[in-house]
Amino acid sequence: MAAIYSLYIINKSGGLIFYKDYGSAGRMDTNDSLRVASLWHSMHAISQQLSPVVGCSGIELLEADTFDLHCFQSLTGTKFFVVCEPGTQQMEGLLKAIYELYTDYVLKNPFYEMEMPIRKPS
Amino acid sequence: MAPVIPRSGDAIFASVERVNAELFTLTYGAIVRQLLTDLEEVEEVNKQLDQMGYNIGIRLVDEFLAKSNVSRCIDFKETAEVIAKVGFKMFLGVTASVSNWDADGTCCSIILEDNPLVDFVELPDTCQGLYYCNVLSGVIRGALEMVSMKTEVTWVRDMLRGDDAFELQVKLLKQVPEEYPYKDDE
Repeated sequence: MAAIYSLYIINKSGGLIFYKDYGSAGRMDTNDSLRVASLWHSMHAISQQLSPVVGCSGIELLEADTFDLHCFQSLTGTKFFVVCEPGTQQMEGLLKAIYELYTDYVLKNPFYEMEMPIRKPS
Repeated sequence: MAPVIPRSGDAIFASVERVNAELFTLTYGAIVRQLLTDLEEVEEVNKQLDQMGYNIGIRLVDEFLAKSNVSRCIDFKETAEVIAKVGFKMFLGVTASVSNWDADGTCCSIILEDNPLVDFVELPDTCQGLYYCNVLSGVIRGALEMVSMKTEVTWVRDMLRGDDAFELQVKLLKQVPEEYPYKDDE
């Protein structure tokens, strides 16, 4: 069964605000995940400039041999991306659902500061 | 990927959790009353309400975008229509209308016939300069700022001051698209 390896949420300036991995493949420590997130943010920005089509809003899907990376960018600049097994279906729907959950639980938390890392209660 | 159809304000309003309207009105009234007691100056209260609205707006916009599936608006006219028809409906349960477009399409008025914030409210003589619903102007300003539009939102007509409707003037100052610190030369 197709599985998700990890989920990242980055704020509009490219900083990682949420990272969770869901499998032993590709597990990373905090520093590496921060680096990878800013890397993706930059690549996403560069792709908008490189695009031959005007009005490109960035990379939505990256397919590689061993994984797929689906990315969703909200109109406010927050990016949600998920690394999963190749061929996993309905990741866009998943990302949209995660966006809704983000708005319902993270943004409505009065103690959450905008653009800061999301803290899970332990 | 199938195109996502934007949902109508009614549909979203029906699907989100709602709170009792009187509770909402009374809570808002209590907030304004307390601000008046704490700050005493009507101008200060107006500014504070606008700031509170701004803080709400910056978070509200993501929820609005997530639930309504609207795509990027082509121009400011569409933005104003979406705010009036979908936004107000989704969050306050009332539909507003847009009118009074200026020649460039950067300034319009959003008119609310019905405003749940002001049920049961009367302004006493000591608070005549108060914009009771100033939080709404802050919300719109904050929300639009998060989608790269700097705007100025002011009240033109206010029923609590004797006019026949609530009219907000929304003026687009400038569009500020995301800036990346990458230089093209060198």
